[in-house]
Amino acid sequence: MVNRPEIIVEARNLAYHYPGEEATSFPALSGINVAVYRGEYLALIGPNGSGKTTLLKLFNALLVPSDGEVRVEGVSTIDEVEIPRIRRICGMIFQNPDNQLVATTVEEDIAFGLENLALPSAEIRQRVGEVARMLNLEHLLQQPPHLLSGGEKQRVAIAGVLAMQPGCILMDEPTAMLDTASRRDVNDMVRMLRQNHNIAVVHVTHFPEEAAFAERVIVLNQGRLVRQGPPKAVLTDLSLLHSLGLQSTAASELAALLREDGFELPSQLLHNRELVDSLCSLELKS
Amino acid sequence: MSRSITLGQYLPGESLIHRLNPRMKILALLLFLILLFSLKTYGGLTALFFIALGMIAVAKVPFRYFLRGLKPILYIVVFALIIYLFFTKGGVVLLRIGFITVESEGVREGIFVIARLFTLILFSLLVTLTTTPLSLTYGMSYFLKPLRYFGLPTEEVAMIMAIALRFIPTLMEESQRLMRAQVARGADFETGSIFRKAKSLVPLIVPLFVSAFRRADELALAMEARGYRLGARRTRMYEDLIAPRDWAVLSFILVLFSAALAFGL
Repeated sequence: MVNRPEIIVEARNLAYHYPGEEATSFPALSGINVAVYRGEYLALIGPNGSGKTTLLKLFNALLVPSDGEVRVEGVSTIDEVEIPRIRRICGMIFQNPDNQLVATTVEEDIAFGLENLALPSAEIRQRVGEVARMLNLEHLLQQPPHLLSGGEKQRVAIAGVLAMQPGCILMDEPTAMLDTASRRDVNDMVRMLRQNHNIAVVHVTHFPEEAAFAERVIVLNQGRLVRQGPPKAVLTDLSLLHSLGLQSTAASELAALLREDGFELPSQLLHNRELVDSLCSLELKS
Repeated sequence: MSRSITLGQYLPGESLIHRLNPRMKILALLLFLILLFSLKTYGGLTALFFIALGMIAVAKVPFRYFLRGLKPILYIVVFALIIYLFFTKGGVVLLRIGFITVESEGVREGIFVIARLFTLILFSLLVTLTTTPLSLTYGMSYFLKPLRYFGLPTEEVAMIMAIALRFIPTLMEESQRLMRAQVARGADFETGSIFRKAKSLVPLIVPLFVSAFRRADELALAMEARGYRLGARRTRMYEDLIAPRDWAVLSFILVLFSAALAFGL
């Protein structure tokens, strides 16, 4: 983490409990210290109810911290006046593609956030056009949302956030309700955003294969941050993941079984290609 | 399946009438209706009827859509005709059945009222067939703006209507899915009395409502996350501009009004 670029979102000693749930055994979040750096791809994993979604909502100022604070580009989310700016910087994509499209046509939906920023009409049209070109949505601009596929809906939602020129996109399991092809589509788009536009992505996911592509993985459990680090370190810690009811990538799980059976495989295998390559080199040695 | 769901009666097109500002269309409709009801003579009414036909030609909307729109009012027409024929007296007695008479004044007024009704429907259909429900909504919310002073949040009401329009197809798809799920478990929506049919809809409506409320919750969150704030100033992607053609239509209507006044139509 030395000489990493600018911090875009930062949680300091953050705690949150949902109203009326103060008495329950553990708060939704407690003692969270995290920084998201500009252009970084951060994956957030953890069992159900571990506080992943709550953390995203705190980043977007949909929730206000019960204790500690969240700073977006240095501005605390407690500051009511700054909320429009915070929400512009931290866009959010939700799980259900159907329930986040507001307008009756794709172009109006991409424009929704810009209309909320009260930008001049000409600028809105220009930005919508740019984003649609970038994400290959131009042929869909006049379509009503209910005629789109799930993957297309998620792309429109991403376009709507992107049009606001955010510094960070918060994604709450955006691919959970999609088929495999659409999931690949959305994931490719996320990678493109990061590389070409230097936008940070915080990606809550249940798919270890998606987390494996992140630069950093954070594991939450019962509202606490239990582990963070590069995917090669976190996702290969199978005893931790299994104890939380999580799984690692297929390659990593398989490699662990093979190691138990005496194959001498390196411990930091995540991707299928890496596993195959190590297996092949084993074959050559023997 | 979802492609068959069409909303309202809008027929897409590029005609002058289609491109008019929705606010102007609503205003024009209102003025035409006032004109229609202030006309006293057959001459004036015939002229207005032909103006309506002319505008339909300009809009390039096939006339069968208008015929379809006229169908539902046939009962009203028959009813009105009967009332006028038998209860309006005056002029020459045309028919006498016992003590019931049909007199010429009744025939004259009956046909006048029906012609007026038909023209009224033509004008209204012309607006609804050439304007998207969404534009109509925004157009109407413009005229409701003065109600802001009485505390009615007109912008928000327009947003509610727009969202309702957006979600009608989604909820229709969902109800069809629920219906199939119920049919697969042996539910029967087709047979039985009206009462029975209504009762069989209960297991459909309850889950539909539950899911609609869940959607509303999530949508509200998504809107808020995208910077929507109650009462905050918003702009629109497409400005609601009044073009010269809108002024032309307005002047045309004013000419019609003066003509009607000048010639005592």
